[in-house]
Amino acid sequence: MSDMEETEGTEGTESPGAPHRVIGTPPPSPRLLGSAAVPEEPGAGAVALVSDSDEFAEHLEGLPPDDPKVIVHDRRAERVVAACFIIAFIAGCGFVAAYVGLGVHTIDDTLRSNLALGLSLSVTLLGLGLGTLIWVRNLMPNLEVTQQRHDLRSPEKERLATEAYFKEGTANSQFVKRPLVRRTLMLGTLPLLAAPVVLLRDLGPQPGTSLRHTVWSPGRRLLVEGTNRPITPAEFSAPGSMITIVPEGYEDDQDALTKAAVILIKFRPGELHIPTRHQGSTLVGTMNWTVDNIVAYSKICTHVGCPVALYEQTTHHILCPCHQSTFEATTGATVIFGPAARPLPQLPMTTDAQGYLVARRDFTEPVGPSFWERG
Amino acid sequence: MSRPAVNSDTDFEITKPLKGTAGWLDDRFGGARGVRTYLLRKVYPDHWSFLLGEIALYSFIILLLTGTFLSLFFVPSMTEVTYHGSYMKLDGIKVSEAYASTLRISFDVRGGLLIRQIHHWAADLFVASLMIHMLRVFFTGAFRKPREVNWLIGITLFALALIEGLFGYSLPDDQLSGAGLRIFEGTLQGIPIVGTYLAYFLFGGAFPGHDIVPRMYIIHVLLVPGILLALIGAHIFIMFWQKHTQMPAKGNTERNVTGQPSYPYFVAKTSAWFIFIFAALALLSTFAQINPIWLYGPYSPVAISSASQPDFYMGILEGALRVMPAWEWNFLGHTITFSVLIPFAVPLGIILGGAAFWPFFERWATGDKAYHHINDRPRNAPVRTGVGIGAVVFYGVLWIEGANDVVADKLQIPLYTVTWIARVAVIVGPIIAYVITKRICLGLQRKDREELLHGYESGIIRQLPNGEFIEVHKPVDEDGLAVLEAKKVTALLPAPGSEDDNGVPTPSGRGVLGKARAVANRAFAESIPIEADGHGNGHHGNGHAVAGEEHEAVGAPGSTALPPGEGGEE
Repeated sequence: MSDMEETEGTEGTESPGAPHRVIGTPPPSPRLLGSAAVPEEPGAGAVALVSDSDEFAEHLEGLPPDDPKVIVHDRRAERVVAACFIIAFIAGCGFVAAYVGLGVHTIDDTLRSNLALGLSLSVTLLGLGLGTLIWVRNLMPNLEVTQQRHDLRSPEKERLATEAYFKEGTANSQFVKRPLVRRTLMLGTLPLLAAPVVLLRDLGPQPGTSLRHTVWSPGRRLLVEGTNRPITPAEFSAPGSMITIVPEGYEDDQDALTKAAVILIKFRPGELHIPTRHQGSTLVGTMNWTVDNIVAYSKICTHVGCPVALYEQTTHHILCPCHQSTFEATTGATVIFGPAARPLPQLPMTTDAQGYLVARRDFTEPVGPSFWERG
Repeated sequence: MSRPAVNSDTDFEITKPLKGTAGWLDDRFGGARGVRTYLLRKVYPDHWSFLLGEIALYSFIILLLTGTFLSLFFVPSMTEVTYHGSYMKLDGIKVSEAYASTLRISFDVRGGLLIRQIHHWAADLFVASLMIHMLRVFFTGAFRKPREVNWLIGITLFALALIEGLFGYSLPDDQLSGAGLRIFEGTLQGIPIVGTYLAYFLFGGAFPGHDIVPRMYIIHVLLVPGILLALIGAHIFIMFWQKHTQMPAKGNTERNVTGQPSYPYFVAKTSAWFIFIFAALALLSTFAQINPIWLYGPYSPVAISSASQPDFYMGILEGALRVMPAWEWNFLGHTITFSVLIPFAVPLGIILGGAAFWPFFERWATGDKAYHHINDRPRNAPVRTGVGIGAVVFYGVLWIEGANDVVADKLQIPLYTVTWIARVAVIVGPIIAYVITKRICLGLQRKDREELLHGYESGIIRQLPNGEFIEVHKPVDEDGLAVLEAKKVTALLPAPGSEDDNGVPTPSGRGVLGKARAVANRAFAESIPIEADGHGNGHHGNGHAVAGEEHEAVGAPGSTALPPGEGGEE
């Protein structure tokens, strides 16, 4: 039968005379009935031992302990167990030695220390665990016990008595009888319940309109992320390339960059077909937001805010590596696949007197993930 | 010490200090009987699947131990510092104190890397073992009366473990976990009405701010572990109080529990098990690198790497986000973004909410109010098993979709195709899995019935005098019979609109709910009767008997297997 594993216990000892497993409750045997006597407390005299036999029925399997086969087997098992524990001891000493002897502070030293500490710890634990397991399974007699379950449900009369007492107690408290006390008590407690909510108010500022704006402002320069240097259209002339842009003055400001990071993509003449763009409810042409076939989109995905970091030159697809929202770069970063619901907002751009790329103004719509007040 | 021993060589003295201490304590607390019957002699049934919960318990203990060590060195601060530590590749880079101190633990504290990796592996093992333990409890029906409360505690523990894990691996403030936090924050923002406030209050303002790491830290090291500890205590106390379930076997009844006593057997075995789990985690942490935050680098909101994956237990949320089409409503100046909200709430809602609801649903559908201390074999509860496998498939599809870019890359399938397959499979897969599983369960029941009636196939071929070969069938032995006969059949509730003996229509059968209950009940009652006369008692019910195969009649026999006296009212 394929289901026998469900009925097998952990008996399986490798002992020479592996006993035949007997499942079930044997009839109560006389040896379970307590008959010996030991003194309990000085002066208390001899007391008969309590018997648990109404609750526990024991069943011992295997050969008697004085059987020659068992004696040989047990002696061998004893040695194996001791060997395991000795190995654990040696490895444990090794752990301490590795801690004292091996330094860290470089990658190689750290890896060496980690290997030595980890290995010695593992061997110590394995030695202790194996030794204990062999001990239980080979040296301890295979005892199986059947214990009786008691009713979880209380007897009916107990329930009734409890109910009666509770009723009496409630009556004594006058809680039901005096609605004035009851209601004023509830009234008095009510404001206290609001206290935790009130106290948590200063956890942070209210969002206000902060999610609608970024730090981009008219004339703020676009800096190349990493070098933090401004860039001219001429320096970014290779079609098909994409770079990340940070706003001047906020190069290391994580709070600002979380909304203001921008990608810059250069196209060949004629590739770009940004038609119009929603601004509120009106459509506006945004071709004049680009400079020299260079377009700037928000780098923050409109799904849940990952940076859209992948750009495929041949297909002009911008891909968010988190959840694979895919945006068509030539048509205004419109969504062509994935869970993002809106195009990446476009940053209006122009050049300043020195010829560097600057923002014409802030984004005309909120960047990043959707939120309730976004509209 | 209070009874004639099983083993004859008890001729040694209990050491004076031990005896003295025990006596001193008993003088004051008087627990000798309790210690003997509830602790020392308490019976633990033996089955490999009962070790799964212990894995979770012991990983949790290891998490407490290693976590305490880590907290001695970790600095939960987002203050920016310039790194000048041992990891030269990041020398001079601006990082947060949290990130710098995690590097210090890894490279400048002896054993720090090992303990950090044990902590992370133990967290993964904790959640994994919780999942498998829950599956075991579900498929064997161990959640049934009287254990529903413990099942709910278990689900709460699992949900808390997910939060604990997410906050824990976000603490080092590295690139990978920072991206995860950003997703978490973006999801919070999407919650209608209160979302932006929740996000701003949790993060102390705009993302990332400077508050989230210290706040997650105190939640991770104090608040959630405290609740976990209390709930684990309750979980184990209830298990103690109600006693363990046991597998169907000869001699096992609803009124007893068979196994080995706690002292010394279970204590020794479970200690060994704890040590083995610790050893496995130590070995993993020695040879399998986990969460190498120095390779990910410090968090920056403008950077990300492709194929970033969260820890495995967040994979279902990640997959749900990826599988979702772009659904969003704009109305009256407000935005509801289903492409975030549904992945956030629905999959875990279905699985955790469904699991929490299930014991009560099953009780309602089957009308079974009895105590159950003997576990079901999964095949004997085809609807439950089918639904469970359906849930596993649902989870699995989303989990794999969470790595759809990796799947697409390894299997050379277009990325969008993988997502489209997942979009279909996440809905169709669970249904197919339910149907197939149920058929398999019923098939196994038929096999059991065959074995019971005609014995098992012995593998011995005999040639009859007329030349015919037959295989000899041998009767199932007593142990096997006990397992087979432990099967219980769901009683068919009175059909809707039917009348009882007094001509009164059954109240349960009325209304939409009553009809739904009747449908659910019929599904639960579908079973292969094991009694030899199973089709002879006039309760063919829905008449599903197949011509020529009348012994395979599908339908509930009128006889139910509720143990006498245990169908008590609630």
